[in-house]
Amino acid sequence: MHIHEEAVERHVLAVLVDNEAGILARIAGMFTARGYNIESLTVADISEDHAISRITIATNGPPHVIEQIIAQLDRLVPVHSVRDLTESGPHVQRELALVKVAGKGENRIEAMRLADAYRARIVDASTESFIFEITGAPEKIETFVALMREVGLVEVGRTGVVAVSRGPNAG
Amino acid sequence: MAEKSGADILVETLMDLGVDTVFGYPGGAVLPIYDALYEHPKIKHILVRHEQAATHAAEGYARSTGKPGVVLVTSGPGATNAVTGITDALMDSIPMVVITGQVATNLIGTDAFQEADTVGITRHCTKHNYLVKKPSDLAHVVQEAFHIATKGRPGPVVIDIPKNVQVAAAEFSRNAVVDTSRYQPQTEGDFKEINTAVEMIMNAKAPILYTGGGIINSGPKASETLRELAELLGCPVTSTLMGLGAFPASSDKWLGMLGMHGTFEANMAMNKADLVVCLGARFDDRITGRLDAFSPNSKKIHVDIDRSSINKTIRVDLPLVGDVGRVMEQMIAVLKGRRFVTPDHGEWWSRIAGWRATNCLDYPESKTEIMPQEAIRKLWQATHEREPIITTEVGQHQMWAAQHFDFEKPNKWLTSGGLGTMGYGLPAAIGAQLGNPDALVIDIAGEASIQMNIQELGTATQYRLPVKIFILNNEYMGMVRQWQELTYESRYSNSYSDSLPDFVKLAESYDWTGIRIEDPADLEAGIQKMIETDGPVMVDCRVAKLANCYPMIPSGAAHTEMLLSAEDVKGTMDDQAKALV
Repeated sequence: MHIHEEAVERHVLAVLVDNEAGILARIAGMFTARGYNIESLTVADISEDHAISRITIATNGPPHVIEQIIAQLDRLVPVHSVRDLTESGPHVQRELALVKVAGKGENRIEAMRLADAYRARIVDASTESFIFEITGAPEKIETFVALMREVGLVEVGRTGVVAVSRGPNAG
Repeated sequence: MAEKSGADILVETLMDLGVDTVFGYPGGAVLPIYDALYEHPKIKHILVRHEQAATHAAEGYARSTGKPGVVLVTSGPGATNAVTGITDALMDSIPMVVITGQVATNLIGTDAFQEADTVGITRHCTKHNYLVKKPSDLAHVVQEAFHIATKGRPGPVVIDIPKNVQVAAAEFSRNAVVDTSRYQPQTEGDFKEINTAVEMIMNAKAPILYTGGGIINSGPKASETLRELAELLGCPVTSTLMGLGAFPASSDKWLGMLGMHGTFEANMAMNKADLVVCLGARFDDRITGRLDAFSPNSKKIHVDIDRSSINKTIRVDLPLVGDVGRVMEQMIAVLKGRRFVTPDHGEWWSRIAGWRATNCLDYPESKTEIMPQEAIRKLWQATHEREPIITTEVGQHQMWAAQHFDFEKPNKWLTSGGLGTMGYGLPAAIGAQLGNPDALVIDIAGEASIQMNIQELGTATQYRLPVKIFILNNEYMGMVRQWQELTYESRYSNSYSDSLPDFVKLAESYDWTGIRIEDPADLEAGIQKMIETDGPVMVDCRVAKLANCYPMIPSGAAHTEMLLSAEDVKGTMDDQAKALV
């Protein structure tokens, strides 16, 4: 017997939640409990009185699973709203990465040249290493990190994606 | 404002909320609460023998009264023992509030004595849970917990209270205004969607109402509305296990339960219908059988208060979020507004009559052995005029009870449907009897299941609860054995109930009356004696050992592929079918 796999789509969800103890575990645990995927998850307090946090979740699954994920999130008591940014139209996605590269000679020069082309900033430098800060859509970061592998990548830290819809309105 | 201890705030808030019964078991981390209860005799505390039983008793109380069940247990093992019942309540949408003691806040995370991460463990088996870190938060948390447990789709809520929070004091005034704005589920159906639903109903030639536990949760009025709707539409009604009693079994519109052990007519009608109106049910795998073969030619309307139940497994044409009782009222109003005339649906009913003629619930008769189906039917005949509350354990006896015991009213049938928890029936019967002191309460049990919470015999004795246990004793975990016959060529791996106790002597040792019935000729007299005996009675009814529960839709099969009797059984299955639950 073989286990059947379905084709998946990537969706970015913006979730507003009460900023209370255990909320992250509640959301992340719901994903594991129901077998949903999390590609990345970011969370930060966004309201003036620190009462509300915004969680951005990049997830993937077949369309009916994405629909379930939204419904399951929405019924959690501390969740105020769930928006599927991928579904609701144009939006901006950004992610930040810190990328450490070490090397000398031609590799070091090539790393700097590529960083310039990708508008990555140097935030730390020694005679044999750099840390680049790069911001952009996840695909851009993927490409940049892949290029850095060839010129001496040491480590990379990524924030995961945050996203906001285009135009004057929220959502 | 006067200051009170956290324990007093808790107990007084419970009283304000109208709580009269608490099922619990004391321990170190709840001693301050138990001391507060000592001062407040208005709240009746029922001392169970195991915390799992406290949760099932609370479920039985809730399901039979419509009020939330309340549980009080200690930290660590008290809380972990309660987890099965909490999960059971989540799966079956039972309103329940579970208060757990916790080690003092400064000890949390130190692996203190009887410490467990209760909020972590129960996060995904509750509708919501809380760890209360300040006594000043308690009143609000408790009030919100009851609101969440009872509103929308009901479910269990856990409140974990560290011991120092129970002892420390905070300002408290009785009957403060409750802010429940954080949780306001939609109860009213969308008017446009109601109209679309009505149009779909008016165009249907072969409609069926598929009802579930949501009707019972909506309250007794919803059951009345369902009757009105079914009469108005002139269409057949079937129900899930959890929904039994919402529609009277004596009605000519009633097809019986559907699904794996449902009737042939209910499953065939679902398969051939051109419109399925799902009212407070959730297309569970025990209902649908093979998904791609489920009711293939119908339009589907799904009314549910929980949006996440809609389109979870079966795609529907019209989702309708709202309280099912209210939505049915809205539908009736629109139908009447359009001067809807009950259609005859003659062709549809004649097809149904053909399926009914199969007499799918017939079973082989015997003069030497008691047939379990016969035992249930005789039990129904002897008791139905008293409108008994029936609880069950889980297994063959549960399905036979669902098939052969007819219910006319809601809140009379208490069973563990979603989680399928053996050991549910006896504590649930205890809870139901406490909520309905004058009712006849019977736990229909199997000899294996009853042993999973057998210690609760003592609880019934202590509180003089006249519950009856009717054991269909076939010396097997019968449903496991039945599946082994169906799937594994009758290799009975560990499904024999060896070393059984003498149930009569066991009953007597707890000061119950014990009755044994072995001969079919003694069945009626034995049942009569059980009913007429004051106080609790346990009946050990020895039934045919190898009887199986039919009809049955085997794993991975369609509604049209029912096994109607033992002759249909092949004894093997392919791996695809074996892998399904």
